[in-house]
Amino acid sequence: MSAITYLEAIRLAQQKALQDDPRVFIYGQDIGGFGGAFKATKNLAKEFPGRVLDSPISEDAMVGLAIGAAVEGMRPIIEMQFADFSTCGFNQIVNQAATLHYRTGTPCPLVVRLPSGGTPGGGPFHSQSMEAIYAHYPGLIVMTPATVEDAYTMLLEAVALDDPVIFCEHKFLYYHLKADKLPETVLPFGKAKIARQGRDATVVAYSAMVHEALAAAEELTHDGYDIEVVDLRTVRPIDTDTILASVARTGRLLVVGEAWPWGGVAAEVIARVATEGFGLLDAPPQRLNAKETPVPYHPALWGTHRPTASSVANSLRQLLEL
Amino acid sequence: MTLGKASDSDGPRATKHSPEVTRENARRAYRIMLEARILEEKLAVLYRSGKIVGGVFLGRGQEALSVSLGIHLRRGDVYAPLIRDQAGRMAFGDTILDTMRTYLGSSLGSMRGRDGNIHRGRPSEGYHAMISHLGAMVSTVCGGLMAKRFRGETGAVGGTCIGEGGTSTGSFHEGMNLAGVEKLPIVVVVANNQFSYSTPNDRQFACNDLLVRAEGYGVRGRRAVGNDLMDCLSVIGEAVSAARSGEGPQLVVADLLRLVGHGEHDDASYIPAAMKESSLGGDCLDLARTTLLEKGWLTGEEAADWQKIVEKEVEETSSKVLREPSPDPSEEDWNAFSCLDSQQNSRYPEERQ
Ligand SMILES: Cc1ncc(C[n+]2csc(CCOP(=O)(O)OP(=O)(O)O)c2C)c(N)n1
Repeated sequence: MSAITYLEAIRLAQQKALQDDPRVFIYGQDIGGFGGAFKATKNLAKEFPGRVLDSPISEDAMVGLAIGAAVEGMRPIIEMQFADFSTCGFNQIVNQAATLHYRTGTPCPLVVRLPSGGTPGGGPFHSQSMEAIYAHYPGLIVMTPATVEDAYTMLLEAVALDDPVIFCEHKFLYYHLKADKLPETVLPFGKAKIARQGRDATVVAYSAMVHEALAAAEELTHDGYDIEVVDLRTVRPIDTDTILASVARTGRLLVVGEAWPWGGVAAEVIARVATEGFGLLDAPPQRLNAKETPVPYHPALWGTHRPTASSVANSLRQLLEL
Repeated sequence: MTLGKASDSDGPRATKHSPEVTRENARRAYRIMLEARILEEKLAVLYRSGKIVGGVFLGRGQEALSVSLGIHLRRGDVYAPLIRDQAGRMAFGDTILDTMRTYLGSSLGSMRGRDGNIHRGRPSEGYHAMISHLGAMVSTVCGGLMAKRFRGETGAVGGTCIGEGGTSTGSFHEGMNLAGVEKLPIVVVVANNQFSYSTPNDRQFACNDLLVRAEGYGVRGRRAVGNDLMDCLSVIGEAVSAARSGEGPQLVVADLLRLVGHGEHDDASYIPAAMKESSLGGDCLDLARTTLLEKGWLTGEEAADWQKIVEKEVEETSSKVLREPSPDPSEEDWNAFSCLDSQQNSRYPEERQ
C-alpha cells in the first residue's frame, strides 16, 4: 500500500463509516460526483449511491437537515467547503445541535467537518481556525487531529459518538502528512497524547501546530534542551490530567495555537494549569497564537501571522530563561 | 404558467422595454471586456507559474453581463461585485494596475497584501470589497443605499452580482427580502452559469426559472441573454434607470456559461460538451465584436489595435508589479482596530473617554 495522506485517511474513514453503518450519509457542496473541493469524498458517491449528496449553498439548512436526520437516528456527516463558511450555519450548530440533548434528552449525533487553518494565499476567508468558537458552547465535541492516524480513527469515533462533533481537519496537513498504514486500535476518546517526551518544558499544541512544536523541540536539542510536546487531539473535552502530569515533569508551559489568543484554547489550557497546577510551575505559563488580525493573504504576512517552528523555538528560549 | 409580476415585467427583451444601446457605450463596454479578458489570461499565466499564490477565479464568458452593470453605475453609486466581475469592476473604475497588485500581493495595492485576488475594493468610494461568504453583499449594498436615504441623497443606485449558487444562501434571501421591504434602489444581477463549482442547477434549486423569485421578493424581475452584450447593456441599463428613478429593487437573471473552471485549478470537466456547444456556450467577447463590426461601430483595424494596446499594457503592468515590494511583516502594525493603536490603547484623546 502506498503512503496514506491525512486527506486520504479522512476519505477512508468516511468510506468505512458508510460501509459499516447504514445510518451514515454525507451532505455538502460539490461532494458527489466531483468528490469535494479537496477530494475528501472522491468516488464515495459512486460507491454508495444516494448517500453522498451535493447540497445547495445553504450552510444553515445543511446543518439543520443533519440535526433533523440525527433526531431520527441517522448519523449525518456535513462537509463545509471551508471551515470559514460554517459561520453561515453557526446558528444551527450552536443553538440547535449543541442544546438539543440538554434540553430534550434526545442525542444529536452528527459530524460537521471543517477544512480548517491557513495555507499560503488563503486569505481571511479560507484560513480560519474555529475550534475555540465551537468549543465555547457546551454540548459540542471539538476534535483537532494532528496526524494521519488520528484523522482516521477520530473521524470514525466522531461518527460513533452520540453528541454533535465539530471535526477540525487541517488543510495544511492534507497532502503533507503521510503514514504507511492506518491504525487498528484507537486511543481513548478525549485523551491527549505525549507526542514527544522531554523534561525541560512542555509545549501543548494541537492540529498543525503539533508539527511546528515538534520541529521547534528538535531545534532546541541543539541548545541542549529536551522539550515535551503534548498533542491535545480533542480540544473539548480537554485532557487536563495529561497536561498537568506533563507540567509536573517539566515545570514550564508554552501553549501554541493557530487561532487567535483571545478567549481561545491556549487561554483555557493556561487557566486550568494556573488554577489546578499553580504549584507545578517554575515560570509563568506562556502562549503563542496567531497575530490579532484577520488571516492575511500574502504568504510573507501569513508566515508571520501564524506561529511557526522558529517562533515557537523563540518563545521556548524565552520561557526557559524565565 | 403563472409567474405573476416577474413574468409580467419580463417583456420581450430588447424591444418593448429596452432603451437603445448607444455606439459609445457599446464600444466602451467592448473595450473593457477585452481588457478584462486579456488581464485575466495573464493572471492565469502568473498563477500557473507560481507567481500568484492561493487561487485565481476568472470571469471568462461572463464579461458582457458583468460590464453591463458596472458601466451603468456612476460615482456616488454603490457597487459590490463578486467572483466573476473583472469587467464590471473595471467599468466602475478599477484598474489593471490595482488588479495585478492585489493578485500579486503588492504592498502598493489597495489591499496591501492583506487580502487578495477578487477580495478587493475601496469601500469609501462606494466600491465594496466582497467577502467570500456568498450572499453577504446584497444587504451591505442595501445599507449603503439606506445611508444615502437617511442623508436625503437621491438618485444613487446600488448594484451587485451573484451566481445562481449564491442565491441558495440565507444571506441572499434575507438581503433580497429586506431590499423589497425597504424599496431600495438596488439592482441585483444573477449570473446563472448553470454550475455552482461542480454542482448543476438541479441540485441547487427546484424552480424552473430563478426569475420567478422576483415575485416572491416583491421586486421587479428582468431577463437578459447573458452572453449578448447588446441585450445585457439594454436590460441592465433599463434596470439601473428604473432603480434610479425610484421604481425599487430590480432582479436581473441571465443564463450563460463560464468558459473556464471554477478557479484555475479546475478543468470544469463536469460541464457537458453539448451545453458548451449550445447557444449558452457562445463566447460573449467574440459575439460582441461581431455585432460591433456588423453595426459599423468598430472596424477590424481598431479591434486589432485595441487588442495590441491592451496586451502591451497588461504585460507592462505585470512586469512593473512583479518588481514592486511585498508587504514586510516586520513593518506591519498587526492591528485590526481603527480606534486602538497597535498596543491596543485608545487612539482617542483623554477628554473623549
Ligand atoms: C456561504 C458560502 N458557502 C460556500 C462557499 C464556497 N464557494 C465559493 S464559490 C462557490 C460556488 C459558487 O457558485 P455560484 O454562486 O453559482 O457562482 P459561480 O462560481 O458559478 O460564478 C462555492 C460553493 C462560499 N463562497 N460561500
